Amino acid sequence: MRENDTPLYEVFLRPRNGLSHRHVGSLHALDDQMAMQNARDLYTRRGEADSIWIVRSADLIASAPEDKETNLSPSDPERKPYRHPTFYVLPKEVENM
Amino acid sequence: MYSQGLMGVEETPGGEQDLLDRFQARIDAGEKIEPNDEMPEAYRKTLIRQMSQHAHSEIVGVYPEANWVTRAPTLRRKLQAMAKIQDEFGHGLYIYSAAETLGVSREEMVGQLLSGKAKYSSVFNYPTLNWADLAVIGWLGDGAAIMNQIPLCRCSYGPYARAMVLVCKEESFHQRQGYEAMVALMNGSPEQKAMGQDAVNRWWWPIMMMFGPHDADSPNTETGVKWKIKNFTNDELRQKFIKATVPQAKLIGIEIPDPDLRFNEETGDWEHGEIDWDEFWSVVKGQGPCNHDRITARRKAHAEGAWVLEAAQAYAAKQAARNAA
Ligand SMILES: [Fe+2]
Ligand SMILES: [Fe+2]
Repeated sequence: MRENDTPLYEVFLRPRNGLSHRHVGSLHALDDQMAMQNARDLYTRRGEADSIWIVRSADLIASAPEDKETNLSPSDPERKPYRHPTFYVLPKEVENM
Repeated sequence: MYSQGLMGVEETPGGEQDLLDRFQARIDAGEKIEPNDEMPEAYRKTLIRQMSQHAHSEIVGVYPEANWVTRAPTLRRKLQAMAKIQDEFGHGLYIYSAAETLGVSREEMVGQLLSGKAKYSSVFNYPTLNWADLAVIGWLGDGAAIMNQIPLCRCSYGPYARAMVLVCKEESFHQRQGYEAMVALMNGSPEQKAMGQDAVNRWWWPIMMMFGPHDADSPNTETGVKWKIKNFTNDELRQKFIKATVPQAKLIGIEIPDPDLRFNEETGDWEHGEIDWDEFWSVVKGQGPCNHDRITARRKAHAEGAWVLEAAQAYAAKQAARNAA
């Protein structure tokens, strides 16, 4: 088996409680345990995380760039402006709403 | 880190004009390019070449430093050298994985390094003759690398830019620990001071070369700038580096070994002596004092570490079979 066949993992870190996990990069590892150890050594040498998530890249389901139009444009402010707060005109007297 | 002015790129933008125009419009609008976006083949190829050279430089760059780990003058210096070396390997891995998003495998890139086909920064083909060399590599080598890498945090390719943010966070430690070690030498005995100056004398010119050929001799700079892979030219970066370094040298009594170095009041720039480009190209092409040693050491490490990969593969296969049962 060549190194090429070693699975790729994506690494997500949560810097501290109260924040979301954020993608930081990827790495190669043979199994989950090794991936976790590599993630710790590679991405958290200075206390960057109090929680690490890893997932096999092959298991990620991603939207296709060519679907961008159909997936995202219905919520475009140009097309459905009434979904956005600034569409609604209020009396001047109402300062903040 | 250690990235160098891009070497050996003959690629010029070609292909379908529509695609090039569309792509250029996105770049000009300040958009970032992500892995699955449409991109001209020359952009992809240029990035793969630059990123793999950069990653190789991180990996090969630890050899000159590793040479002095066991003979560091104190335990503290030994710890800092090991921490820096671990970071540099990490930088290599960040960049290899960012390059993999362009459709090239790490194995392929590493294969090109081991076969001698791929380039890495020429500066690592010089020897580290004594402890002071480690101080100078940290202070000036990583200092030059920082100049190169900070602008790359804003480069147009998202994964490369993000990897550079991780790298740059760690480089400041590299430079400061080197300068601190240098300060210690320059506050020491006459022999220690002489060691510090001697190391600067030997490394100054190879480090000046790290920024790559002069702009006039670097025809690909224009494409790099146009695609925002490069935000400053080689000469601009070299100038920034000299500006930052001269006062640091003066402060600790180091003389920069360039009799022609002078500040031009009118332009506000430092003028430096002629760089020996014949030496630069001969080192790039494999004739430097340590090219052979570096590749040999890398091949040996790869071959002698092969069993680790095989053992991990066997273990993973066994675990998978057990879980399936
Ligand atoms: Fe580095
Ligand atoms: Fe560094």
